[in-house]
Amino acid sequence: MKQALVNVVEDVCRRYGSDRSRMMDIVLAVQQRLGCVSTDAMEVIAREVNSHRVEVESVVTFYAFLSVKPRGKVIIRLCNDIVDWMKGYEDVADAMAKELGVTMGDTTSDGAITLTHTPCIGMSDQAPAALINEVVVPNLTPERARHVIRDLRRHLEPMQLVTMVGDGNNSHPLVRSMVRNNIRRRGPVHFDEFERGSGLAKALHLPAESVIAEIRASRLRGRGGAGFATGQKWEYARNAPGTKRYVLCNADEGEPGTFKDRVLLTERPDQVFEGMTIAGYALGSDTGIVYLRGEYAYLRPFLEHILEDRRQRGLLGRSVLGNSEFDFDIRIQLGGGAYVCGEETALISSCEGLRGDPKNRPPFPAQHGYNACPTIVNNVETFSAAARIMEKGAPWFASMGSERTTGTKLLSICGDCRKPGVYEVPFGITARELLELAEADNPGAMLIGGPCRQMIGPERFSGQICYDDLATGGAILIFNRARNKLEIAEHYLDFFIEESCGHCTPCRVGLVLLKRAVHKVVTGAGEPADLEYMKRLSNVIMQTSRCGLGQAAPNPVMGALQNFRSLYSDLVGVRKSGLLSTFDLSNAVADAELRVGRMSRYV
Amino acid sequence: MKTVTKPRVATASLCGCFGCHMSLLDIDDRILKLAELVDFDRCPINDIKEFSGRCAVGIIEGGCCNEENVHVLEDFRKHCDVLVGLGDCAISGGVPAMRNNLPVAEALEHAYLKAPGLWNPAGTIPADPELPLLLNRVYSCHEVVKIDAFIPGCPPPADAIWDAVFGLLTDQPVTLAYDRLKYD
Amino acid sequence: MNHVKFTIDGMDVTGTSGQTVLKAAEAAGIYIPHLCAYKNLIPHGSCRICSVRVNGRIQAACVQTVSDGMVVENETAEVQEFRKAILDMLFVEGNHHCMYCEKSGSCEIQALAYRFGITAPQYPYLNPDRSIDLSHPDVYLDHNRCILCGRCVRASQELDNKNVFQFVSRGHKKHLQVNGEALAATSLDVTDQVTASCPGGALMKKRVGYVVPVGQRSYDRRPIGTETSQETKP
Repeated sequence: MKQALVNVVEDVCRRYGSDRSRMMDIVLAVQQRLGCVSTDAMEVIAREVNSHRVEVESVVTFYAFLSVKPRGKVIIRLCNDIVDWMKGYEDVADAMAKELGVTMGDTTSDGAITLTHTPCIGMSDQAPAALINEVVVPNLTPERARHVIRDLRRHLEPMQLVTMVGDGNNSHPLVRSMVRNNIRRRGPVHFDEFERGSGLAKALHLPAESVIAEIRASRLRGRGGAGFATGQKWEYARNAPGTKRYVLCNADEGEPGTFKDRVLLTERPDQVFEGMTIAGYALGSDTGIVYLRGEYAYLRPFLEHILEDRRQRGLLGRSVLGNSEFDFDIRIQLGGGAYVCGEETALISSCEGLRGDPKNRPPFPAQHGYNACPTIVNNVETFSAAARIMEKGAPWFASMGSERTTGTKLLSICGDCRKPGVYEVPFGITARELLELAEADNPGAMLIGGPCRQMIGPERFSGQICYDDLATGGAILIFNRARNKLEIAEHYLDFFIEESCGHCTPCRVGLVLLKRAVHKVVTGAGEPADLEYMKRLSNVIMQTSRCGLGQAAPNPVMGALQNFRSLYSDLVGVRKSGLLSTFDLSNAVADAELRVGRMSRYV
Repeated sequence: MKTVTKPRVATASLCGCFGCHMSLLDIDDRILKLAELVDFDRCPINDIKEFSGRCAVGIIEGGCCNEENVHVLEDFRKHCDVLVGLGDCAISGGVPAMRNNLPVAEALEHAYLKAPGLWNPAGTIPADPELPLLLNRVYSCHEVVKIDAFIPGCPPPADAIWDAVFGLLTDQPVTLAYDRLKYD
Repeated sequence: MNHVKFTIDGMDVTGTSGQTVLKAAEAAGIYIPHLCAYKNLIPHGSCRICSVRVNGRIQAACVQTVSDGMVVENETAEVQEFRKAILDMLFVEGNHHCMYCEKSGSCEIQALAYRFGITAPQYPYLNPDRSIDLSHPDVYLDHNRCILCGRCVRASQELDNKNVFQFVSRGHKKHLQVNGEALAATSLDVTDQVTASCPGGALMKKRVGYVVPVGQRSYDRRPIGTETSQETKP
């Protein structure tokens, strides 16, 4: 084993206190320094943190941003979400592959550049987009892509690709990103001016229980999609037995079509961190962790700066705002490219230095979460709302929205529309109103809440955005009438198959079986019985899967089957008896024909 | 005396070792009772090589390893009301399926060119059209045609075959008692 | 010790606070089919065979703790159909050929299929390309038969205080890996408790196969589960 490698790896481990719970940070740093986490590196890590090589391998092989084998110095991750496909992904991919002289997934012969694809990176309003190492390159065209590659080849420094910067804090010297915010509608909860410390000061004047009471009175519900009553969650965690408690912020934002947390973190990071600090006070916690998806690594230096600034102002750290009983600090934990880590227990596993496998429930995080301690996991937007609620009061917040769901919702609208971007709207707004706001182009279908929810057709456009009707964590994808809904459904089934953690049977195996059946039908080989089979199989997967991913993964296909049934039933036909349509004799004998040197007499 | 047309039964062994047919014959003197109930059509036991007409039940031993197996199976599907997969080879490919993740070319080369003790002066893989071409892998019967029922085992015990066939002739689904449902 | 009163298929059962449905049922002589649960290892919740309906929702009995008044459905037709489907998924995911497997007759996976009356899986075979690790002098690891139950991972950790096994990769690519280049390079010894923990024929001792005659193997006469429930028929 080369001593140079040993030195680098040992150095990285010691920087994180040789603490095996910091495994994510350790392997991400080794990946960055050495271009991969080889088996040799794993042995050194295992030794340093008192673990085992196979345990390190378990973590490295789980996350898409880590690799055991070396990759290029620069990795181009071209987003292949369905919205990017709609906006020209295929031509951009072709142009890049040709310009680099590789096929998708390969590295250039000099080992410099790897071209690969990646699911939604939170840039659906400026697609097609790519990550080049940490640099986001949005609004690609084949021409622009060729230009970028030629430029990149000269210097191999992705930061030098940033020719102009976006609006707001995208132009901040610590961000320097070409990403745009595209804030189309500002609202009073998140995008009004926020005076740093205003919510926190009010909170610290109250006893902790009163803070929780205020959040309960506001009837704030989690903004990540599940919509659990936030005040209730905080109360459970506060009352659970234990000495240490944790406040975790879910900034994983992996649901395809969601990008509103990215904008919130760019423009209102103080408000988010303030909400976390308020939660810390309410719970009796001294530690917050922001789980930031790896795709948003470009925001990290800026966010660290905001945190440091808050420490300087006494808003974070020891004796927050002079309150000697309350210490609270926040660290940022970067993710490594795994959608499932947006699930709260998987997120916790990842923070603990493990594979991002969801945990068994019960017990629930409020009782038994990070390091087996009472933990709350809340969405970025939820914390931002909490800070505003403490500043302006629960009645103010509760006066907005609909009867069942108070306040506003941040929506990220994208797809076939003229005004994609972020909208802050009151709950209760209808889907049709959103289509008008975003200037939808001949809308035929909407995916409200992303692929983990259902696709709706025009007959449901009068529905309301709220947790009881059309629920969403923020994603609103608009498709015009010409779009192939079966293709969209199949694309997202592929996405879930790729992102499944693989722990439980129905999700790991069932989704692969469902894909086979769907593919059989869309290629015209299906029979009516296949549609019933797809329904039964989906039911098994949805009911017996261990976590939300498996429970939701059949939704795109089931939604298409339910809301657009004729699309599938038009493709199936009753077969004459004989060979199954899925058995291809010509294909099956091809290898033997070649080797033996004669043609089949039966084809 | 009433003349009743007895249902006809056909059988075949595709890529099987014939062990399942031997197990069928293990029904011993019950074969006399069977002969009262059915007439045998195309079957290796009576050596009738072509279907003479429609059959009520077709029993298939063995999976599909070559193009001729597929041809025979297709013929059976065409002529039989109910097709039964007999034994593990028909159901999952069985022992022959051990070659499934090896390239066909490699299997052919080993068998005809490289195996120890081989005598092949021509040094080529035979290409006579009488020798069916191997498929890229061994297929279960129900991957090739619709199969209506399965009797697992290697081979299935004679009692299981008797119970299943008897049941099928009286229009019942195949339900095997615990001591007759075996996969080995 | 707090007593908890609940029902399984309408029958009254008393468990203790903190106990899982699976353990409470077992203590009461009620068999809930399971695979990844093993002895007192930390429950894995991965196979989902032990799925039961608890107060209307499907949960894994090996993980779900009992509570007063809980209504558990175990032997309903619907739950049985779910279990069959999941077992079929396990069969088609790997390459499970019983006819030459040394575990046949004592295999828990096979025994469950016998208990459920399965003649053939309802799903197409996936035919994966998997390997066999024969490097170790006394133990072999046949990945074709691995159902990713994690018993070996946990047994090696919790019973042997070693860490010979762990899972790598994710999704349908997830598979078992050993702590070294191959099994021979690990600290595994044939006397470790882990060598008896595999429910099927994936992790097996060498030179032991076919020792028990047909007719005398664990599940030849009586279905799996009858050790718990003392029934003679499934």
